[in-house]
Amino acid sequence: MSAHRFTVLRRFLRDRASFLGASIVLALVLCAILAPVIAPHPDDIHDFHTANRLKPPSWYNPFGTDRMGSDLLSRMMFGARTTLTICVIAVGIACIVGIPIGLVAGYYRGWVSEMLMRIAEIFLSVPQIVLAIAISQTLGPSIENVVLSLAASFWPFWARLAYAETRSVKNEVFVESAVALGCSAPRVMLLHILPNIASPLIVRTSIGMGVTILNAAVLGFLGLGAPPTTPEWGRMINEAREFLPEAWWYVTFPGLAIFFVVMGFNLLGDGLRDILDPRIRRGAARRG
Amino acid sequence: MKRIAIVLSRLLWFVPTLLGLIALVFSISHIIPADPVRIIAGDQATAEQIDALRTKLGLDRPLWEQFLSYLARVAQGDLGMSLFSQRPIVEDLMARLPATLELGVSAVLLAVSVGVPLGVVSAVYRNSPLDHVVRVVSVSGLAIASFWLAMELQLLFSMKLAWTPLSGRIAGFPPEPRSGFMIIDALMDGDREALDSALRHLALPTLTLALPAAAQLVRLTRAGVLEVINSNHVLYQRAMGFPGRVIIWKYVLRAAMTATVTQIGLIFGVYVLAGAIVVETVFDWPGIGLFAVNSILRSDYNGIVGFTIWAGLIFIVVNLVVDVVHSFIDPRIVR
Repeated sequence: MSAHRFTVLRRFLRDRASFLGASIVLALVLCAILAPVIAPHPDDIHDFHTANRLKPPSWYNPFGTDRMGSDLLSRMMFGARTTLTICVIAVGIACIVGIPIGLVAGYYRGWVSEMLMRIAEIFLSVPQIVLAIAISQTLGPSIENVVLSLAASFWPFWARLAYAETRSVKNEVFVESAVALGCSAPRVMLLHILPNIASPLIVRTSIGMGVTILNAAVLGFLGLGAPPTTPEWGRMINEAREFLPEAWWYVTFPGLAIFFVVMGFNLLGDGLRDILDPRIRRGAARRG
Repeated sequence: MKRIAIVLSRLLWFVPTLLGLIALVFSISHIIPADPVRIIAGDQATAEQIDALRTKLGLDRPLWEQFLSYLARVAQGDLGMSLFSQRPIVEDLMARLPATLELGVSAVLLAVSVGVPLGVVSAVYRNSPLDHVVRVVSVSGLAIASFWLAMELQLLFSMKLAWTPLSGRIAGFPPEPRSGFMIIDALMDGDREALDSALRHLALPTLTLALPAAAQLVRLTRAGVLEVINSNHVLYQRAMGFPGRVIIWKYVLRAAMTATVTQIGLIFGVYVLAGAIVVETVFDWPGIGLFAVNSILRSDYNGIVGFTIWAGLIFIVVNLVVDVVHSFIDPRIVR
């Protein structure tokens, strides 16, 4: 088992795209955790230096300064915290709500299953970000409400995926034998089905993180995200809008941060798919 | 016959889905801690005034009763009045729909005409430098925040190079609104100047919306072609001496596209309809996305709810059309 794990890890690291994705995600996590330590001017999150406002990039302020004279790089590092917190919790809630619903609906047949999936479909009948905007607009701008609106608009994706995957393994021999051995239904679902459908769920989670970061940025950009003083990438880009074309750095760097982080999660997801899903392993496709 | 049955069953689904969507939006807007009456009445209102307003708006009745009367109004095409402009929301949305459609249709056309061929070429020359470039670009295209791309394009093409206008739909007087589509109206008038201006205004927003959609199409087409290209019928066609071009662009593409077509509805909804919200904001494009954002900024509650239902309706209809088209190009679905 450990030897197998080792080759999987080696293959993952050998693939440049997956390695790049994993590195970007790791860098984001480190930035978020270590923001107060590694940010060049951590005090700029609270303090204003209006004399220093809208300064172009320099050695002192590598990414320039914003409209309050705060160091943009420092604010972006704290922004990584905001983004990661929002998205991890939102995706977490969506998984915790969506996966059990999909599992139960997929395992049993009957009107309850039908109902659950119909409800999921209704949530999917409007583009996700539109629903998130409607919810966060009603609840008002705060980090909790952003998390809630993203989770509420995202759970059906996991429900539908878990449902389809459960349906496809439900009639496999290993499920039948577990039932024949007298396992209770929750036990079959949690210990026999869930591990076998985990791969697509994990892949989807990584790509879902990317989508959620983009959606969270849109909410921030529209002023529906975190409250005004919170460092958040989408909101920073919105603030920067009125200072174009002079303060090009103010728009450009937060946008690049979003770009690299979303790409990181997408590449990681693609890489995980290659490893975890043997049906479409890239090596096999190459030989064909 | 089977095909008609499929179309009918899809049409039958249309009603419950729409009902569900309205119920969902209704519950979002009614089961919330904040009291809408207090917000509408303002800070100065007395308790009596608030109660009077509550009765007037029908918000003192039980929830299910409110829902039924809401449903009845929506069924008659009444989404309420905009709290800001004091005009019916449906009227506002209808007036703005052509602008969004013009942008959306041109973005989808651009995305399909660039994305599909690139996906095919990328699959045929798999692992070539060209394939690598296409894949890097398509992975990047999906990671860009569209409002940021819109602003960067403005910065480069409008502010620095002055090739395109910064925002809006047209400079000077618009042509007589016959179809609502600026380009078609300009063509009908034979007004070259207006056409030129309309196309210039359309360029950047279209590009912004088309990029992620094209990126997604490249990925789907590439995967679809790779799946088909190794199948036996392609091997047979090769053995029979069919020219490679015919095999790829006629037979492989058709088989590969069936999977892609089912995604075009999703692409339209996710990248074009939802993307329009931010892209129209940045480019000040007078469509329904800008209407939604203005409603957000003015806390126009009815406006948001109306837009959400409207967007859901468009999304459902587009998916319906896609399903029907899919049943025509994929004969397997009928059997």
